[in-house]
Amino acid sequence: MDGALTEMTMEPKAETVAKPAEDSRWRLVNRTMRLHGNEPHALIETLHAVQEHFGFLDLDALKYVAEALRVPLSRVYGVATFYHFFSLKPPGEHTCVVCMGTACYIGGASGILNGIQETVGIGPGETTEDGKISLVTARCLGSCGLAPAVVFDGEVRGRMNPPAVLENLERWEEHDS
Amino acid sequence: MTLEELQEIAKIEKDRQEGFQHRVNVCVAAGCLSCQSDLVRQALEKEINRRGLESWCEVKGVGCLGLCTAGPLIAIEPQGLYYQGVTVADVSDIIESLGGSPLDRLLCSAQAPFFKRQQKIVLENCGKIDPERIEDYIAESGYEGLYNALRMMTPTGVIEQVVRSGLRGRGGAGFPTGLKWTAVSKATGTTKFVVCNADEGDPGAFMDRSVLESDPHRVIEGMAIAGFAVGANHGFIYVRAEYPLAVKRIRTAIARAERLGLLGNNIFNTTFNFDVKVRLGAGAFVCGEETALIASVEGRRGTPRPRPPFPAEYGLWGYPTLINNVETYANIPPIIRRGGSWFAGIGTEKSKGTKVFALAGRVVNTGLIEVPMGTLLRDIVHDIGGGIPGGRKFKAVQTGGPSGGCIPEPNLDMPVDYESLAAVGSIMGSGGMIIMDETSCMVDVAKFFMEFCMSESCGKCAPCRVGTTQIYNLLCKIAGGNGVPSDIAMLEELCDLVKSTSLCGLGQTAPNPVMSTLKYFMDEYQAHIEEKKCPAGACKIQGSEEAK
Repeated sequence: MDGALTEMTMEPKAETVAKPAEDSRWRLVNRTMRLHGNEPHALIETLHAVQEHFGFLDLDALKYVAEALRVPLSRVYGVATFYHFFSLKPPGEHTCVVCMGTACYIGGASGILNGIQETVGIGPGETTEDGKISLVTARCLGSCGLAPAVVFDGEVRGRMNPPAVLENLERWEEHDS
Repeated sequence: MTLEELQEIAKIEKDRQEGFQHRVNVCVAAGCLSCQSDLVRQALEKEINRRGLESWCEVKGVGCLGLCTAGPLIAIEPQGLYYQGVTVADVSDIIESLGGSPLDRLLCSAQAPFFKRQQKIVLENCGKIDPERIEDYIAESGYEGLYNALRMMTPTGVIEQVVRSGLRGRGGAGFPTGLKWTAVSKATGTTKFVVCNADEGDPGAFMDRSVLESDPHRVIEGMAIAGFAVGANHGFIYVRAEYPLAVKRIRTAIARAERLGLLGNNIFNTTFNFDVKVRLGAGAFVCGEETALIASVEGRRGTPRPRPPFPAEYGLWGYPTLINNVETYANIPPIIRRGGSWFAGIGTEKSKGTKVFALAGRVVNTGLIEVPMGTLLRDIVHDIGGGIPGGRKFKAVQTGGPSGGCIPEPNLDMPVDYESLAAVGSIMGSGGMIIMDETSCMVDVAKFFMEFCMSESCGKCAPCRVGTTQIYNLLCKIAGGNGVPSDIAMLEELCDLVKSTSLCGLGQTAPNPVMSTLKYFMDEYQAHIEEKKCPAGACKIQGSEEAK
């Protein structure tokens, strides 16, 4: 067994590894690793913590986590790219998530995506050149009762249509300019 | 914790609730939250404070009330009234009307078939209790099942009740739960695990999310009973990171249960120890497959491995592991409290109990429902679901997500149970039910699901990795108006190949949406191929999109 239940007998490794940058957010990531005994099986939980605090996973972060948990970098990279939830690119200032679950698809989610593509000029997984807006698609948000659903910076809105979505995106652009 | 202490908590909570003349339950599950139900709740609390009515009326945030379509939905107790589409502006009128005649303009009839035709076991507390307060759960006989199991039954006795109940896995495949528990309990070794699969990846399904958001203690209690029965002391809940509210509530629930000693060491003063940890999924549909889920809990890529050995013998870190779905565990506490025979009296001969479905798509009443197994599909769609909006015509109902099939009109008079659904080429799945009308093109729907399976295929085995891409390309070709008659035979052959040779359930069931649409909607495929047109007007006939 990977030592999941055994008491941690070794010294925590995290402190001995050089941190990518002196940033207090790493303390929170280290805490997650420590909670799991700095064991390799904490990899996914740790990557969640990194993404939560930094917004995305860059190569330095992956290297740091690999060393701290004693997992080969290849495996860390493999896990980071296998799961859709992890992003290796920095997100835009604002994120718009369009749900592409079945109910939303039936309800016209592809029309919303096309509308954004035509007006804002970005497709799923892309960010506008000025770094303002990122467009992401989700497999299913579980808000099927309100299809089609779109998330604006973490706020789920139901029964959306292309004009309503574009209006929200425009507000972001105006608000910040 | 002793039984007396548990009953004391329940009594204090009941007395507290009965001290109020009125109780306003506001749905704060994700669906209603996205219609700003939290603002309504705050406004209600503020207004009650302003009027100094705190001891007269209680405002409570509760889990899913079911009818997501009518959100934000609130329930007025003890009268049992439902108000729909409530906004902050209605708050004052609602408080005025308490004790008087109901507000007609917001009233949502509790006598409507949507509410009347349901039978709630799994969802009995949803919309009734505050998911963040353990006292509320205990007041509804919560943790009594665990007490009964630990203090009055043997592990074998618990398994016997589960076997007698006839409960089958609610995650999709319908494997008898009692059999699985027996296998894990017989496995040798002192370290065993209980895992709850809450990686609800099917697009179009939100039952597990609602249960976790509305009644998290139910799942924890079910897992603890399972741990006692099979001899495991550690539990993991593997839940999707895409459900932040569910994650938060389950974590709160675990902490509360630990504080009361309902999780931890020597539960109910017995020698039984049990803890539960949360593991976050990271967005991979394949992790719903049990061996892939195990890999993911261990912090690796979620790729399945061949079975046997089954997780019951060789699971998490190589130890015997029991894996059940959220809804399966949620059925356990009432089975232990009321007995397996009670549960076996509900449903059909081979499918016992009730099933929770997530109704969505082109149907009037979207939301969460629970009906006895064997309920006619027509009753679900037209009676409970309220039929198709906008006077359009029903075309098909899709069950089981990307692993299921599309069921056409002539098959609507079919009872919903594991066998009947399999007989028409679909599956029960975890309970997503998407209704489609004449504006949906079945070739397009098949293409949608195949795109999903293609991109969610983990890539480990060739039939699934390559086969789904080939099927997707063919569907794109047909949908784009470039199909030739021989493509149909090719599709059928590919489907058969992927189905019979893939390693895990994802690949084995991926062709289902294509095969069922080929079976029931061949005319639509023909129209795309021969007449170069899409009868529903959903496909862009010129310029097809090929898979990259």
